[in-house]
Amino acid sequence: MALLMPALVGGLLTGGVYALVALGLTLIYGVLHIVNFAHGSLLMMAMFGAWLLAAKFGLDPLVALPLLAAIMFAVGWALYRFVIGRVAHGDDRAILLATLGVAVVLDNLALVLFTGDTRTIETPYALQMIQAGPLLIPLAKLIAFACALLLAGALWAFLALTDTGRAIRAVAREPEGAALVGIRPDRIFALAYGIGIACLGAAACLLLPSFYVSPQVGGVFVLVAFTVVVLGGMGSFPGAVVGGLLVGITENLGGLYLGEDLGPICVPLLFIAVLLVRPTGLFGSVR
Amino acid sequence: MVDPPLLDVRDLRAGYGAFAVLHGVSLSVLPGEVVAVLGSNGVGKTTLNRTLSGLLRPRGGSIGFAGEEIAGADHAAIVRAGLVHVPEGRRVFPNLTVRDNLLLGSYARGRAERAQSLDRVFDIFPRLAERLRQRAGTMSGGEQQMLAIGRGLMARPRLLILDEPSLGLSPLLVEEMFALIGRLRGEGLSLLLVEQNVMQSLAVASRAYVIEHGRVALSGTADALSRDARLRAAYLGL
Repeated sequence: MALLMPALVGGLLTGGVYALVALGLTLIYGVLHIVNFAHGSLLMMAMFGAWLLAAKFGLDPLVALPLLAAIMFAVGWALYRFVIGRVAHGDDRAILLATLGVAVVLDNLALVLFTGDTRTIETPYALQMIQAGPLLIPLAKLIAFACALLLAGALWAFLALTDTGRAIRAVAREPEGAALVGIRPDRIFALAYGIGIACLGAAACLLLPSFYVSPQVGGVFVLVAFTVVVLGGMGSFPGAVVGGLLVGITENLGGLYLGEDLGPICVPLLFIAVLLVRPTGLFGSVR
Repeated sequence: MVDPPLLDVRDLRAGYGAFAVLHGVSLSVLPGEVVAVLGSNGVGKTTLNRTLSGLLRPRGGSIGFAGEEIAGADHAAIVRAGLVHVPEGRRVFPNLTVRDNLLLGSYARGRAERAQSLDRVFDIFPRLAERLRQRAGTMSGGEQQMLAIGRGLMARPRLLILDEPSLGLSPLLVEEMFALIGRLRGEGLSLLLVEQNVMQSLAVASRAYVIEHGRVALSGTADALSRDARLRAAYLGL
């Protein structure tokens, strides 16, 4: 019990950031119906961006968060506008190759620019702990969790309550109907892709205080993100959030009870178990 | 003095790829008029609508709307100008609530006068007001058709194109639909009614065009056309 609670809370906190990464992925899938294979590489790029801002300009990741989210939005928007949207022509294979191609280019660009070394930054709060009853909670992770959920809530409110948010949801299922009310589907696609990538900018800033950065780091998180999205139900907003938290907890409990070697099988096991019972994921619906 | 037409289409040509569908269609709608466009499947009625609403670029000819040339204009600009198309097959947003569907109807106009537009739609379709939180995809075909028209009215159209509004509805609902069209006409809304249902369309319209093979084959007042032997032979088997 003394070990269970910290592992549970630790997993929950990490899961919040997983949820944010997965939200970007599920938004892009839900609206554009494409699997964004560049997701991990763009997260890596955002983490290097956060690292650069911290190491070279002394900007704390939390301060840099709005800036980096805005930069990543612009990167995503331009990527859709000038690369992915151009080659798409409604052909899924073309989009698959385009996003995969972007990933290869970014990964190797990072190797050239930053070498294969792993890097970290020092923040004053990285090693601080907060005493909550019998629990010791790492401050950096608590902040990351709170920010991730706050951002997820803000994104949900944006999609539910604004005209642009409604337009994004409308285009996802009925682009021709959307065009007839005066929505420009192409602009909405670029916007949705940009927002999905902006989530990565925010997630990068939240991850950096407690994770290392290297050109390979994207792969670690993208595997988790894909697991979360499919587990939660592809394109589902609550699915990404609940799935993220669930995967974070499972990962930590697996590590606690089965150890470093065997622990990592727990997430795939959970994944298989959920899909056996609900093939469309926790919150997925049959289209 | 005669009013200038609200919609003035001249020699409109359109098609897809190597396929020419419209070979020069000319028609007009006067302010406050209900004009029917009749014809069987595949004669180019839907292509005509898609071209008028800017979803398809015309290959020739002109489309005058409220005195402006809109051929080749952006679909969003056309909606803002007041030419609103309620498509065949409804194309409501199935994953959105009735309320969100209606609010998006006024997307091009923004939030101004949104509340009044909503009240007007609820006055015409009280059933939609009862179902605000229901997802559009879970409604029946007739309800979805009402929602599609309601969504079109939210854009405050000067001309509403109704594309096959009676398609797939039960006979009772078809009656209701034509009663509604009569009501909209009574409120002074200009309508372009594109239909296969010839007799009922002629009953609510003042004039009609019959399209065959991408051309206007017949046109005239609804009265004259409903007595026209060729029309009766072709569409009613009389």
